[in-house]
Amino acid sequence: MSGAPFDVARVRADFPILHQEVRGRPLVYLDSAATTQKPQAVIDALVRYYTHDNANVHRGVHALSERSTQAYEGARERIREFINARDTKEIIFVRGCTEAINLVAQSFGRSKVGPGDEVLITAMEHHSDIVPWQMLCQQVGATLKMLPVDERGDLRLEQLEANLTERTRLLAVTHVSNALGTVNPVRDIVKRAHAKGVPVLVDGAQALAHFRVDVQDLDCDFYAFSGHKMFGPTGIGVLYGKASVLESMPPWQGGGDMILTVTMEKTVYNRLPYRFEAGTPDISGAIGLAAAMDYLDTVGLDAISAHDQELLEYGTRALEGVPGLRLFSRARERSGVLSFLMEDVHAHDVGTILDREGVAIRAGHHCAQPLLSCFGVAATVRASLAMYNTHEDIDALVRGLHKVREVFA
Amino acid sequence: MSSDLQDLYQEVVLEHGKRPRNFREVEGANRRADGYNPLCGDQLTVTLRMDGDVIKDVGFVGQGCAISRASASLMTGAVKELSRADAERLFELVHKLVMEGPEGLDMEALGKLAVLSGVNAFPARVKCASLAWHALRAALEGKESSVSTE
Ligand SMILES: Cc1ncc(COP(=O)(O)O)c(C=O)c1O
Repeated sequence: MSGAPFDVARVRADFPILHQEVRGRPLVYLDSAATTQKPQAVIDALVRYYTHDNANVHRGVHALSERSTQAYEGARERIREFINARDTKEIIFVRGCTEAINLVAQSFGRSKVGPGDEVLITAMEHHSDIVPWQMLCQQVGATLKMLPVDERGDLRLEQLEANLTERTRLLAVTHVSNALGTVNPVRDIVKRAHAKGVPVLVDGAQALAHFRVDVQDLDCDFYAFSGHKMFGPTGIGVLYGKASVLESMPPWQGGGDMILTVTMEKTVYNRLPYRFEAGTPDISGAIGLAAAMDYLDTVGLDAISAHDQELLEYGTRALEGVPGLRLFSRARERSGVLSFLMEDVHAHDVGTILDREGVAIRAGHHCAQPLLSCFGVAATVRASLAMYNTHEDIDALVRGLHKVREVFA
Repeated sequence: MSSDLQDLYQEVVLEHGKRPRNFREVEGANRRADGYNPLCGDQLTVTLRMDGDVIKDVGFVGQGCAISRASASLMTGAVKELSRADAERLFELVHKLVMEGPEGLDMEALGKLAVLSGVNAFPARVKCASLAWHALRAALEGKESSVSTE
């Protein structure tokens, strides 16, 4: 962990993709909540792996297989350290946050949730933290409940206890809202849920690019995240689960690697974490994700958080100066997202005009339709920030918004 | 403004987007269909009153961007008094226009709808421009169900 001061120009130099023109303008990338760009160190790790070490893991007796297995398991240890899990067996590699949540819904859910039971989520969840629970509830005859949000975009936590009943089998809550940027006080939420005997899954997809996460400190039972939203490759993600909870869960997908022995009569399942990793995993993805974590630590997460917060404040002030703009990101604690609408202009039209200015944002429902409907809108414009963004990026966004006003004068 | 933006947001498009014509449910409608764009959550409903094979009245309601509203508004003006077959032919023309551009198309037959030609330079917006038309086609086919642009 370096104590060097944060230098955004140096950070930008590490991300080759940022140095290009789109539509004749310098690229302004404000869509990191959809996926972050990758530093050269991550790209190099992938190239190095495929150039020198590629082989299947946990299988071969040959040198390459030993190397790739070491690198893959080394990545698991790196990730354990990064989120401060107790043991590498608590780190399960999956395709991404979505798959992690589906794993919990189908393995934990199918074995622990029964007819008449309840699963509690919040109105702020991404569709991938809603639909797997809907599917589970339909399959087992359980009820899905939703904790509401207030007009600022904060959870109505005063209603938490009332929604945790003796039938609640799990609470799933996002750490950071991808549509608004609200940061939820998950440590406190976990404590209150545990007091009622309810285990908690935290959707961490939008958290790790912005601040340090310590799963033991949060004390959550599950923590799910995607590599590609924290400067790592697509196709890799992690389900952290407390060993005691994971041990009690049946396997989810069947296949190679997740077994010890197979006969026609009986299969003996492998131990953790392999029991939940059927088939050949995304080896290079795991290695790339570990490289992303190395990169985050080299830059320094505290410095990144400070930069992100400063940029968010600068962006908030800048957007508040745009006439007719309605900002939705107003929660008490926020991270990385500025969600807004312009009077009488649909988000899509804003997106198209900004794109012509080289500014990449997202326009739409951000896979959070229940949340947007709380605000009575079907779509917003979302500018999302990462460590490589600058005041100039925000200024370009604001200039683009003035252009929108011109077109729709 | 870049010229392709100007082509997309032509005066007529902006005007129809702002003040869409026939933005209402048709009284005594005997056909209706919803159009839904799952990409952005935009949703509109087209209602028709058919007399035999002829569209006697058509309207739409719902929410969407300037392009989808303008396209819907222009559509309602263009298909009134058309037979089902003629309306379908117009759909094909508009579809070609926004997908492939105006080259080789019968622009006379398109009439006012020709202002949608700028959409072609914006692949991400083709679905916006065709949303109402998909709903119209579903309504003409007598399907009561919701259609999606996916
Ligand atoms: C809060 C949140 N949860 C879950 C996901 C799903 O992540 P993935 O598509 O990488 O599985 C996202 C992605 O946008 C997200 O923002």
